[in-house]
Amino acid sequence: MADVALQPNKAGATQTPRKRSSLHKALKRKSTAAFLMTLPLILLIAILVIYPAFYSLHLATLNKSMQRFVGLGNFEFLFKRETFWLVVKQSCIFAITAVVFKALIGFIVAHFVHNLPAKGQRKWRGMLLVPWVIPPAMSTLAWLWLFDPSYSAFNYTLSFFGVGPISWTGEPGWARFSVILVNIWVGAPFFMIMYLASLKSVPDQLYEAAAIDGANWWQRIWYVTLPMMRNIIAITTLFSLIVTFANFDIVRILTAGGPLDHTHIFATWAFRIGIEGSDIPLGASVSLFMVPILAIAAVFILRDVNKRGNEA
Amino acid sequence: MSTVIVDKAAPRRTVKYGSMSRDRTWALRWSYFFLTLFAIFSLVPPLYMLITSLKTSAEISAATNPWWVFHPTLENYIGLLTSNQFLTFFRNSAFVSIFVVTITMLISVPAAFALARMRFWGSATLATGVFLTYLIPDTLLFLPLFKMFAVFSDFTGIQLINRWYVLLIVYPTLTVPFCTWIMIGYFASIPKELDEAAIIDGASWFQTLTRIFIPVAMPGIIAATIFAFTVSWAQFLYPLVFTTSTDQLVLPVGIITSLIKGDVFNWGQIMTGALLGAAPPLIIYAFLMDYYIAGLTAGATKG
Repeated sequence: MADVALQPNKAGATQTPRKRSSLHKALKRKSTAAFLMTLPLILLIAILVIYPAFYSLHLATLNKSMQRFVGLGNFEFLFKRETFWLVVKQSCIFAITAVVFKALIGFIVAHFVHNLPAKGQRKWRGMLLVPWVIPPAMSTLAWLWLFDPSYSAFNYTLSFFGVGPISWTGEPGWARFSVILVNIWVGAPFFMIMYLASLKSVPDQLYEAAAIDGANWWQRIWYVTLPMMRNIIAITTLFSLIVTFANFDIVRILTAGGPLDHTHIFATWAFRIGIEGSDIPLGASVSLFMVPILAIAAVFILRDVNKRGNEA
Repeated sequence: MSTVIVDKAAPRRTVKYGSMSRDRTWALRWSYFFLTLFAIFSLVPPLYMLITSLKTSAEISAATNPWWVFHPTLENYIGLLTSNQFLTFFRNSAFVSIFVVTITMLISVPAAFALARMRFWGSATLATGVFLTYLIPDTLLFLPLFKMFAVFSDFTGIQLINRWYVLLIVYPTLTVPFCTWIMIGYFASIPKELDEAAIIDGASWFQTLTRIFIPVAMPGIIAATIFAFTVSWAQFLYPLVFTTSTDQLVLPVGIITSLIKGDVFNWGQIMTGALLGAAPPLIIYAFLMDYYIAGLTAGATKG
């Protein structure tokens, strides 16, 4: 890559040292260099992201052995299955609940951290960000052990309060709760740090003016903080919605979709069908159902990103 | 730059403690109280990993207080660190992450430079495209990629599935768009005069990039590097799909497949493995937290 980008410049400079000043030539040179610099990126995205994305559309129209075209047969089959509708429901519950709680906790914690004197902030921020830094596959293992029905630390602690042993990952309701809880634990620090960054960018004068006008604590948040943070809140939330919707690690490790498929979300079910059940076309059709949500979120995010770009 | 984002506004709020009004003091007390609760919530799982990793199997299955270690022992650590399997996983993980970081940087630094600095035909569209690709999740791509690699090996006879280096091909799909995107944001904040002066002085674009631009943009590049490393170290789905035999596995998948045998959970070793697997990102983050946070916020806050 390096050498490739270097060549045209060198060649250009040595070939015609006399009349090099032509603006047109210079522009041409620049665009060639720019093209060569971005070429690996374009190739990577085209071959390993765009092509597979469309390829999965094609795959979704094949039969299990991938030899016969079945049109929308896979989708028809899915629509008739109860498990599919269960997965749709669960994916929505999972993503929406988790994102709402992550955003709320993130917002609250960011405010508390922002309240602290500057000296102590680093320490607290560091502690609160730990869940985000540990690879989710590793931390979910710790949760799995905390949730263990017989020897678990949670049930041991709860027994002191007279609360009977809870089958955390064994009962549908509790299993969903556990999966969402772990997701909140992993994702809340991301919101916290984004909100904290945007809180710091709110000018103090606004708060002073509000205080002079007699605004109370709640009014200051509602009329000053929230409007100033609106963009960041929107982008972070949409962004997290995509990531949460497409989550795999946590559900896979904690419950593997069980009990009786009651915690499967699109990604884990697609894996179960596509890789474990070796029905790639059906698995691809399942994972394609994530696309509409991703697309809607992406459109909104892009609109926001572009809007801010124009304002700046 | 990174520290500026994080610490800039903080000192403005300092008020002399003596003259602090009463509700300010109370607000502060409440903040500490709730932050302590949240910190406990954040730190319980990693602490529990540590506690369990120091116990013998007998103590783990005994009905004693699980939150305390009565007979601390290092046998889990010794057991794992002397087992060939675990060392293989660790080595595979380290190889994959280091190579992926290198590949990512070789691709995204020049691309981000070109997209941030040289306006050319389609550059704005391409930048947006990079951002959009970054939103396409791994859970959508693993099946078509799996099939593509199978077809590829049918045609060429080159087997990619179940080789650790297949991860070097697929991980960049996650790291490159992301790193390019945050670096475009960071690069755009560097004064244009800097590289324009170099161009006027007769430096080629490539020389400008390596001699002038990269040294100045180092904080942004470090942030992106940390990210690429964390992402490739933590990735779970791709290794689960593309590798199966024990000598090809990376850490997260390796721990789960080799230490969990059917319904038998060797919790002491699993927690030790998880802790050792979490250690590299934690250590990096302990030293380079500001870069990490700068990277985290740069991507979204600078369009």
